[in-house]
Amino acid sequence: MGYVVINTELCKGCELCISACNRGALSLSETQNRKGYQPVSLARPEKCNGCSLCAIMCPDVAITVYR
Amino acid sequence: MPEAAEKCVFKPTEGLTEKPLHYCPGCSHGIIHRLIAEVLEEMGQLDNTVGVGPVGCAAFCEQYFNVDWVAAAHGRAPAVATGVRRAVPDAVVFTYQGDGDLAAIGIAEAMHAAIRGEKITTIFVNNAIYGMTGGQMAPTTLIGMKTTTSPYGRKAEETGYPVDIPKLFSEIPGAAYVASGSTDSPKAVLQTKKYIRRAFETQLAGHGYSLVSVLSNCPTNWGLTPVKAMEWIRENLVPNYTMGELKVPTAAKGGEQA
Amino acid sequence: MQKLLVKGNEAISEAAIQAGCKLFFGYPITPSNEIIEYMARRLPEVGGHMVQAESEVSSIYMLLGAAGAGERCMTGTSGCGFSLMQEGMSFLAAYELPVVIVDVARLGPALGNLDPSQGDYFQWTRGGGHGDYYNFVLAPSGVQEAADLMGLAFDLADQYRMPAVVAMDGVLGQMMEPVTFRQTDTAHLPPKTWAARGKKGGPKHDVVGYILDPVKAERSDIQRAARYDQIRATEQRWEEIALDDADLVVVSFGTAGRVARAAVREARQQGIKVGLIRPITLWPFPTNPIATALTQNAKGFMVAEMNMGQMVEDVRLAVNGRAPVYLHRNMGGSMPTTEELVARIRTLAGEVSVHA
Ligand SMILES: Cc1ncc(C[n+]2csc(CCOP(=O)(O)OP(=O)(O)O)c2C)c(N)n1
Ligand code: SF4
Ligand code: SF4
Ligand code: SF4
Repeated sequence: MGYVVINTELCKGCELCISACNRGALSLSETQNRKGYQPVSLARPEKCNGCSLCAIMCPDVAITVYR
Repeated sequence: MPEAAEKCVFKPTEGLTEKPLHYCPGCSHGIIHRLIAEVLEEMGQLDNTVGVGPVGCAAFCEQYFNVDWVAAAHGRAPAVATGVRRAVPDAVVFTYQGDGDLAAIGIAEAMHAAIRGEKITTIFVNNAIYGMTGGQMAPTTLIGMKTTTSPYGRKAEETGYPVDIPKLFSEIPGAAYVASGSTDSPKAVLQTKKYIRRAFETQLAGHGYSLVSVLSNCPTNWGLTPVKAMEWIRENLVPNYTMGELKVPTAAKGGEQA
Repeated sequence: MQKLLVKGNEAISEAAIQAGCKLFFGYPITPSNEIIEYMARRLPEVGGHMVQAESEVSSIYMLLGAAGAGERCMTGTSGCGFSLMQEGMSFLAAYELPVVIVDVARLGPALGNLDPSQGDYFQWTRGGGHGDYYNFVLAPSGVQEAADLMGLAFDLADQYRMPAVVAMDGVLGQMMEPVTFRQTDTAHLPPKTWAARGKKGGPKHDVVGYILDPVKAERSDIQRAARYDQIRATEQRWEEIALDDADLVVVSFGTAGRVARAAVREARQQGIKVGLIRPITLWPFPTNPIATALTQNAKGFMVAEMNMGQMVEDVRLAVNGRAPVYLHRNMGGSMPTTEELVARIRTLAGEVSVHA
């Protein structure tokens, strides 16, 4: 089991992490950050295994992964 | 939420500063910055490195790398890096250059740094377009690809063929390590990170010049979402460029061959 | 101290090494080749390097990298090579990096013809690159002076954090004269705490030239302009002869200045009230002796230079309409003779005293 913490102010909502996560744990959130981007959130935490694929793809170093 | 038994398996590298990156959403530049920074941190070289920047979208990248920096004019990074290298023989010196920067205006400086066997590492970011100036054709633009200066698609009879920089550089005797990776998937990103590490190791071992080409995206000027842009790299750039390790130092053979 | 008989180009090279220059970056071009060749021989003996670049464009950026890492470094070139360096010189000025650039000028365009020329005056003093900047420009008129000015060029560059150009020509580069190499005192020079050599446990050093914040960009330019003003006020250098009672003042630099010195002495012996100002710094231009001469007796100025008339513009700016400024020019690679200058001095001295 694992989980990720998203730095929502760094996130630009590019969705690269969403497409990298083959367990479907991530979704864009409904909110906007201060820059006007819709940050990603761990919508289905039970699915996350802490594999870090999302963080490896994140261009904005917005994801920290725990396992 | 955090539980005591759990440990952090992926966190932001010390090799980057706290400064938020200015790149467009989903741009590969951020991934490549992180890889370089992680490698330098893992190698314990953050205090011993001087980076040399390009002109292009990454023109302000010294703000992000937590190492000493000298910014260069468009295309001149390998010459600047040569000056730094000769002044500080024991530092790790690298250039970060786009495809306009390296393959067009700066091809002489880059090739001659390789020809001299200059002990520097070049990270070459190939997104097949000029990003910063708004999506003009680069020497790496694919045949048929539409850009603002090839609005009808790049035609070979007018502008020739895309230049395969890693292949070209692998022919240069002074280039000791040449590899070509991508950023289109987690697997490709991890592979590219290995190449970057081997390139810096080549430099530290004194073998000569090293170059890592990284296929990257430009969602903004390609007019694609970041996810589609990564697919586009996979489907269009990867088949058109030589991939893998093209050249490894003779003493260190054993890496996979293209 | 021992005197050695050496060529101008070799004298400046050795003087640079004595000044602690360990790195030379350059591309061969006549009549500057003795510099790169001397450096290739000598620098390894003192633990330095000569790097032969693939072009002058590359040389100037190698210089930028080495200077950014805090080393004393130089390049040497001629005419068209100096032109190719202009983009990089703009960056060096904006980055506020100390480097020394020697231009052994030749007649332009620099292809085939090797005759001496002072046609690079505008390139030296007006930049030639883009943006808003000045460089120190030091113009020797003999081999000893060339050697002395090299040490000074490194010191001024370090002191004010800006490039220094040593303005030579083919005659000065090739001429042999006895030279004594003198050490300068560098104790007053600021330490290069800004240099990018790896953080080594300290803070990060960024050697960059751009400032995106408009307020900061303006402040930075205002500071640099103030430094340029300070240099204009304190760093003008020139040689003068007999200005006190001179009716006519000859202004001439470098190789032409050397001939002008002989001509002024000769004319004085013939009883003509003529003086000489030989600018040693072309930037900052020596406006002070011109102002002094005007408050004394000067009724006219004669500029002698080996070009169509470039420095004459600086003399006119300094004189500012207060006296006539005449131009004696030698073009196409030709040099003035002493007789020719004496004859012109005689004519002009007559004219200015009649008109006064
Ligand atoms: C001498 C010079 N010519 C032109 C430019 C304008 N210019 C800035 S960036 C650039 C191209 C950048 O493209 P690339 O190197 O591919 O980097 P990217 O922006 O795609 O990351 C150009 C032509 C310049 N800065 N300097
Ligand atoms: S760590 Fe793995 S499983 Fe968890 S969100 Fe990231 S990619 Fe998905
Ligand atoms: S990859 Fe990074 S920036 Fe992009 S949506 Fe995910 S967390 Fe946000
Ligand atoms: S323009 Fe293209 S290369 Fe530049 S930051 Fe945006 S996506 Fe990246």
